[in-house]
Formats: sequence, C-alpha cells, structure tokens
Amino acid sequence: MDLSKTFLSWPVLRQFSGNDPLGRGTAARSGQTERITARTETADRVARSVCPYCAVGCGQRVYVKDEKVVQIEGDPDSPISRGRLCPKGAASKNLVTGPMRESKVRYRRPFGTEWEDLDLETAMNMVADRVLKVRDETWQDEDESGNKVRRTMGIAGLGGATLDNEENYLIKKLWTAMGAVQIENQARI
Amino acid sequence: MAEAHPVGFQWVMEAKLRGAKIIHVDPRFTRTSALAHTFVPLRAGTDIAFLGGIINYVLQNELDFREYVVAYTNAASIVSDEYTDPDELDGLFSGFDPETRTYSPESWQYAQQEHEGDTRQDMHEQRETSSAQQFGSHGASVSSALRDDTLQDPNCVYQILKRHFSRYTPEMVEQVCGVSPEAFREVCEAWTQNSGRERTTALCYSVGWTQHSVGAQYIRTAAILQLLLGNIGRTGGGIMALRGHASIQGSTDIPTLFDLLPGYLPMPSASKHPDFQTYVDSIRKPGAKGFWDNSKAYTVNLLKAYWGEKATAENDFCFDYMPKLTGDHGTYRTVLDMIDGKVKGYFLFGQNPAVGSAHGRAQRLGMANLDWLVVRDLVEIESASFWRNSPEIATGEIVPEECRTEVFLFPAASHVEKEGTFTQTQRMLQWREKALDPKGDCRSELWFLYHLGRLLRERLAGSARERDRPLLDLVWDYVPPEHQHEPWGEPSAEKVLMEINGYEIATGRPLSSFTEMKEDGSTLGGCWIYTGVFKDGVNQAARRKPASEQSWVAPEWGWAWPANRRTLYNRASADPDGKPWSERKAYVWWDEAAGEWTGHDVPDFEKTKPPSYRAPDGARGVAALAGDDAFIMNGDGKGALYVPQGLIDGPLPTHYEPVESPFRNALYAQQGNPTRKDYPRPDNPINPSFPDEAEQVAVFPYVFTTSRLTEHHTSGAMSRYLEYLSELQPEMFVEVSPALAQERGLEHMGWCHVITSRSAVEGRVLVTERLIPLRVEGRVVHQVWLPYHWGAGGMVTGDSANDLFGITLDPNVLIQESKVGTCDVRPGRRPTGPALREYIAGYLQRAGLDTGRRTPILTTGTAGSHTDGREADEGAQP
Ligand code: SF4
Repeated sequence: MDLSKTFLSWPVLRQFSGNDPLGRGTAARSGQTERITARTETADRVARSVCPYCAVGCGQRVYVKDEKVVQIEGDPDSPISRGRLCPKGAASKNLVTGPMRESKVRYRRPFGTEWEDLDLETAMNMVADRVLKVRDETWQDEDESGNKVRRTMGIAGLGGATLDNEENYLIKKLWTAMGAVQIENQARI
Repeated sequence: MAEAHPVGFQWVMEAKLRGAKIIHVDPRFTRTSALAHTFVPLRAGTDIAFLGGIINYVLQNELDFREYVVAYTNAASIVSDEYTDPDELDGLFSGFDPETRTYSPESWQYAQQEHEGDTRQDMHEQRETSSAQQFGSHGASVSSALRDDTLQDPNCVYQILKRHFSRYTPEMVEQVCGVSPEAFREVCEAWTQNSGRERTTALCYSVGWTQHSVGAQYIRTAAILQLLLGNIGRTGGGIMALRGHASIQGSTDIPTLFDLLPGYLPMPSASKHPDFQTYVDSIRKPGAKGFWDNSKAYTVNLLKAYWGEKATAENDFCFDYMPKLTGDHGTYRTVLDMIDGKVKGYFLFGQNPAVGSAHGRAQRLGMANLDWLVVRDLVEIESASFWRNSPEIATGEIVPEECRTEVFLFPAASHVEKEGTFTQTQRMLQWREKALDPKGDCRSELWFLYHLGRLLRERLAGSARERDRPLLDLVWDYVPPEHQHEPWGEPSAEKVLMEINGYEIATGRPLSSFTEMKEDGSTLGGCWIYTGVFKDGVNQAARRKPASEQSWVAPEWGWAWPANRRTLYNRASADPDGKPWSERKAYVWWDEAAGEWTGHDVPDFEKTKPPSYRAPDGARGVAALAGDDAFIMNGDGKGALYVPQGLIDGPLPTHYEPVESPFRNALYAQQGNPTRKDYPRPDNPINPSFPDEAEQVAVFPYVFTTSRLTEHHTSGAMSRYLEYLSELQPEMFVEVSPALAQERGLEHMGWCHVITSRSAVEGRVLVTERLIPLRVEGRVVHQVWLPYHWGAGGMVTGDSANDLFGITLDPNVLIQESKVGTCDVRPGRRPTGPALREYIAGYLQRAGLDTGRRTPILTTGTAGSHTDGREADEGAQP
C-alpha cells in the first residue's frame, strides 16, 4: 500500500504539515492538477496587449498557439492592474474568438431584405466611388456670406473610442483632406 | 467605480486599507457604495448644488488652503465691477441676451484688463462649435490682472465666490438634493479635514457627469473645490475622470471630433479664421502667458505632417486646404440632418449609435434615410441591421422594401489582431503588440482608411480641380517597404505614430519634445502633445518595465502626455519656494544645489526655472510664467476658480434644474441652463417642466437615470455578443424602490415599462432598496434606474434605455443630457407594433406636447418680457 497515496496526501494534512499554511499553493494541488498543463505554457508566443474595454487600461498577455488565440490573461507586470482583469477584460478571449464575429463583408442593397456577400476589394471600390460621388454632389466652395468653406456636408462619420490613436489620426487626416468636417466620436457622447 | 472601473477600484481599496475614508455619492446604491464608509444618495442632476454646498462650507469657515489658494489660483484677481452675479439676476449672469440666449462676457473680465474681443456673436458661434472644449484646455488668456493678496477686496475672485455660493446652505442642499444635513456635514468635514499641507483628497467622477445640460460646469464645481482645498497637482489629490472606453482620452487628444484638430487645436472657422495668421493669433492670444504661445509651431508642424513639401511658408503651409466650420456640425445635428435628407453617406467605425446615442429612434430613422452607410465592426451591430430588426420595423416606420439605404458591413480586426496605441484615462499611451493576423475579410481601421484614401487619390489622379488638391497633395505613405509589393498591404502603425510624434525633416531625427517644434517648416509633427512618445527613436509607449522593478510612479511603463508627466500641474505639489508642502506629500520640488526641479515625477514646469523667477516687463508666452505660476497652460498661470472667458454659460457654476425636472429651481427664478443647446423640432419632444402646468409636468412624475453594469460595455457590441458576459447579465431590467413598486403596482421579477415623450422601453422589475426615495422640496421623489446595454442584436436582446432620451446639449461641449430625465413607469410589457406610437401619442397629448408646444427656456422676469427662447432658436435653424 502506497501510504503517500492515502490519507497522507489529503490536502488539509499537507496544508498544516507543509509550507503552505494558507492552502493556496502546493497544498491545494492534486494529482490531476499535476497532470495538466496551462495553455499559457504551451503557447507558441505571447503578445503584450491592453484590455479593449474601459479606460483603466489593464495590461493583457495574449497567448497564441497554431495561429489561434488560446488564452488572454492579466499582465502581472502592469503597474495599473497588477495582473487583474474584471469580467469584461477576462472575457476578451471570447470577444476575439466568439462565434458571432463576422469575417466576411456583408452587403445590403437598397430596398433589400437580406444580406448578400460581397468581395472585399469590390466593396472597397464601391465605397470609394460613393464617397467621390456624394462629395461632388454636395461640394461647397463658399458659405452664404461668401467665406471660403471648401467642404462637403454630405458625408459624415462617427467613431468609437476603442480605435487606436494611429487610426484616429488617419481618419481626421483623410476627412480633412476630403473636405468632410462631420467626423465625430464617442467622446462627444 | 467598482461597477464600471473595477480594476481601477483596487487602488481605492488599497487606500482604504491604509486608512483613507471612502465616500460614495450616487443616486443609487452600487457595489461602490457597498465598499465605501459612507454612501450619500442624492437626486440625479443636482451635483452642482451639492458640491456648491461644500464650497460654501469651505468659504464660510475659511477652511481653504490659503497659501496654496493665494499663490496658485486666481482667488486674488480683481474682476470688473460690472460683473453681476446670478444671485442678483434671478439666476442669470450679467450680459445675457434673451433673443439669442447667449452672454456677452465683457462684464466677466478681470478689472482693467484690456478686452480681448469675445463678444456675444462669438459666444453664439462658440456654442455652435463647442469651442469651449478648446478653451477648456487653453484656459483663460489674461495677462496682468489687478490682485489683492489679502483676498479682502469685494471684487476679488475669492469674495465673489463667497457671495455666489452663500446661497448653497445645508438647508438648500437638503431641499434640492434630498441629502440630510447630517450626511452633508459628514462629507464637508471629511473632505476639509483630509485636505491641506499634510493630507490630500481625490475626487473621482465617471463621465456620466459630462452627460448633463450643465456638464462642463459640474466639473468646474469640482475644480473650484479641489483648488480651494489645495488638492490639484499633488499626490493623492486631483480630479480623476474615469473615462469609459479604452482610448477615449486618445479620441480627444487625436480627435475625430468636428471642432478639433490634433492636440486641441481648433478646426478653422469660415468667418473667424479667414487666414493663417488670424487663426494662430486666435489660439495664442498675443500677450498671454504659457505654452499656447507656441501655437504657431504646433500648427505649422501639423500642416507639414498633412501636406509635406507642398506646405510652405509662402502658402501659409496650405492652411487654405482645410475645410471650414460654419456652426454646429456635431453628431446630433448630423443625425437630424440625416432625417432631413441633407447627409447622404455615413461611416461608423466601431460605434453603435442605434443603441449607444441618445434618442435611438432619431438615430435609426436618420440611418434609414441615407444613400449609403458603411459600418465597420466586429459583429453585426444594431446600427448595421436597423433595416431589418430595429423597433421601427415593428412600428412600421421603417419598411425594408422601402428603405433605400445601401449598407456595407466590413468586419474589423480586433485589438489583438493589429498593433497601435490606446490612451487610457490618465493620459497614458500603451502600445499593443499584434498577436496574430485577422481572419477572412477582417481588417484594421488603419488598413481601411489607408486604402480608402489610396483609392480616392488614384481616382482623382491628374485632376486639375482646386478642390482635389488637398487629397492629391496629402502625405499618404504608410505601407512599409516589405509590404509595398502587395496592392492591399497593411500600413504600419509605427510609421503613423512616428509622424504623430514628429521629426526633423532634413535628417529624420525624431523630436523628443514639442519645444523642438519649429515655426519655419523644418520639422513636422501631427500632434504636438504626443511629441516625445518616440523620444530617442524608441517607441516609449511600448515600454513594459515591470512595476516591481521601478518607483511607485512607474514612469517606465508606457508613456503619458505631455513629456511623460504622470500628474499634471505637479509644480503645485511644492510651495511657492519650491519646497514640498510636507514630507508626506513630497512629489516634485526645486533642488537648489542642482538648480533644477526634481522629484518622483517629471516636473510639469520648465526644468531650470527657479521658484524665484519673475518675468521681465513685456515678456510673453512661456517666458512670462513666473517661478510660481504652476498652471502653465493658463493665460495667467493660475488655477481658475473663476473663468473670465471661455465658458458659454457663465464664469461660475450655478445650479440649474435638469431640462426635464419635476421640481422648481429652489435657488433662482431661472429654471434650467438658459444657454443650453436645444433642437426644437416635433421629432425631438422634451417632457414638460416648470413653468408648464403642474398637471402636464405630472404626466412624467419620476426621475430616471442610467448607468453601466460591470458585465456589459456601453451599447453591448462588445458584450451582448459574447457567451460569458451574456450569461452573467442576460436581461434588461429596471430598478425601482419598494415604495415605487407599491405606488405603481410593480411586481418583483415581473415586467414593467418606462415611458417618456420619445418612447417606451420594457424590462424586468427589480424591486430593491438600492433606490431610496428622497425628500425634495417637501415631497417625495422616486428615482428609477436602468442599464443601457441592450438592443435587438446579440445573444441577449432587449429594449434600449437610450431610446427614452431626447436631444438637449450642454452649450460648452455639445454633449447630450442623458443621465437624467423624467418618466412614467407602468406595470406589464409595453405595447408593440404601431400601438407603441399611439401609446406615446397619448402621453404627448396628456402632457400638452401634441400641439408642438415647448417648455419655455427662459423663466425669469429680469430677462425682460421675452421669456421663450424658442423663436430665437428656431431662427437659427437652417
Ligand atoms: S479589465 Fe476591466 S477594469 Fe481593466 S481595462 Fe478592462 S474593462 Fe477596464
């Protein structure tokens, strides 16, 4: 009879006889725990990231294996979050890999009742054509008082606040160059 | 904070463990209240009265941190004797014009200060273009005002403040806010006893504060109190805006806002900025102190970043290429213009206004009247599917076969499938590494914008039209060499960040500080406040030195603007002589031997300017800042207790009732913010308030407010479409007190619906003592609370609380009042189909709103016979 596999291996005994009096470390480990490996250990790589939800900006580590995100955890190095994530941050893997994510361009034609498929390049070209058309149709050189305005009021945009600074920079730059002034953000809301 | 910023709240818990007292003030008991020492419930929309009461307590008992106040604030500045307080004018400041409902701020200025030209016309335009947002960061520009350092002059700011807030007594606070004098006194004592040399108090607010018709003034009230108590620029003090989105701070720094350019430079106005020089002068206000004096360099560098070698000194750096503003082009104006058919195409970049913006019905009807809509998101959000599942399909207001809007839904890359920076709530940029490539057609916004721009430029190539020059001359080269052979290659975010940071054009050397920006066009930089993020050619935002290996300020984790300063105005953490106010609170101080400022943080001050420095006569800009002018971005170098210019609705905060309120303003005859921005149109009804008939007001007898759940995120696009979060909070619900449940016959876990003049939304009833009926002006008021995360899409669906709100905006920043309104609550589910609109029509009729009548905005006799701002405003409608 292997004594070590009987009552001597009870967690509570190990807790009081070993060096883990609070029972949060080795004392709580079972044989099953020993046999499993964390996804974080077998990942191919890890990226240092930031939680995309609220503005606390908790640090995240994103674990990738076989070109799939296998785990997202709090970054213990972060002076902001010290490794913690709230329910939203902890659900980030679900955000990234969830079943409701779209991966194909969807198109609804005028008066349509269904989504249709559209090739990404075709869609990009269609959008570019529409932008230029509206811009030309609604172009204003001057306001009613004869002041130069150089703009279109036919095109508008509204951005969320989960965009990167670099992305916002390009939006504002492109809008300004197109002469579109109606660009807004969650920051107004 | 525990609900909406849980991990940030760990630091409040740390402070509590170390003995800090935690006070939570909120209409509703939340997880934050559960962990606080004291919970103070108050009526939604009365925060200025509450904080004003504390200010009054401080001033009446002279409990302000006097040395700090005299040295670092404008308390001693003398104001023009033409200034008249709302105390004497029934709730209006001097200079009010009832026709335009705007102020002429001449009488608000400092005494003998040369008037710098703000007029009523300017104020009207400032409201239209929310330009107070720029002033918000620029501060007042005033050079040499008269002072009385004894603070006794009756016209000094300190005495004006004292008189202004003298009405905000504990009894008044009780009457207006429903807070008992005992609870109020406890807050006053805790706050003042915990402020001063040895101690500091922090004020944290969530940005629901900004969603009021007096939102900017809420924050002003907080600023006054914290300045009086010496809690700004010091460790453990401050006003912490707990912003709600990963990079919402970044979205104003590098704005996608109609009125701003990067770094809080204003978008040019057609009438006010005919040329480059006028534009630059309007920002720097010649003669004023501080860093805005270098606005020309900031602007030139931006224009060089936009138009490269085409931007030269001879052509004013292509200033003329920029489109000009002529008024309000904010998101709500735009949506109403969609309904009116003026806007043809709309882009949504990761934003879901069908659920997340006020007046959801207007949002959806607007989208249904476009030529085309481009939605970029992770999932099929309600703003992409409005044509098939919005509430207006059920009511028959949108019929798919008749709706002409062409919709493109582009799948977006997630935060791990692209690299770039977020700026979190303390102005800190953190670079995210890319973990993997996005799948299928998913692409980053960077990719989408870059290639859209490329396609536009290719189509216009060779055009000789003047209007196409800005697009054709644009610097637009972000694809790195290794991807240039691919026609649809991914642009480099680091390349964009380098342009934002700025560099010397001849050598490509990255700038390390905005002070290196030149006016002559030899440097470029897209956002001056971000200069330094690429200091020494290193992406500073990507720094990840573990917290355990650096100081408690953690300066080597990410990068904070400006210049990696973690606490703004930290010069104020030392006394005027440059010594820490106390050893406990030492943060930044003057090192006499080394001849420089030093400390735990990067000093927010010129490093070698001694505390004793006094500017020579005639100095301007940065050189005019004295060694004790801690507030280096303000035109007088002082923290503003009183704001002589820049705010639309007054130099001081004043309590006004919310636009929809069951109560009369107990402080003044003027009921609501007289300068608020409203849109008087039949599709934007506002529930009755004083001076409407009492029976009409009583049609919507309750006060309601909304906020977030820990488990969901704003419009739900990033939470309702996820299994775990949907399971944690599966259903829309409405919280009511047991007393209200009894009054209206609501059953716990049963259904109820909430009604306003815009719509009705339903949810499960949660009867809870978290909502406490309050006694206000001698009668009981019930408050109703709703989360606002649901819509028609996702794994868990429900009605959208934002459908209940109408559109009325703060005049300074054009943000909607969506944290307080009046409503009715009824048991059972709401009517469906066309019956819903009939049901609302019944309410409109009972409230007297069916005739198109609107509640008068002006309610004082002093304002003259014209007591209705409606006509004036309608005149302003195109
Ligand atoms: S984990 Fe929670 S608290 Fe941290 S940033 Fe994300 S949403 Fe905010």
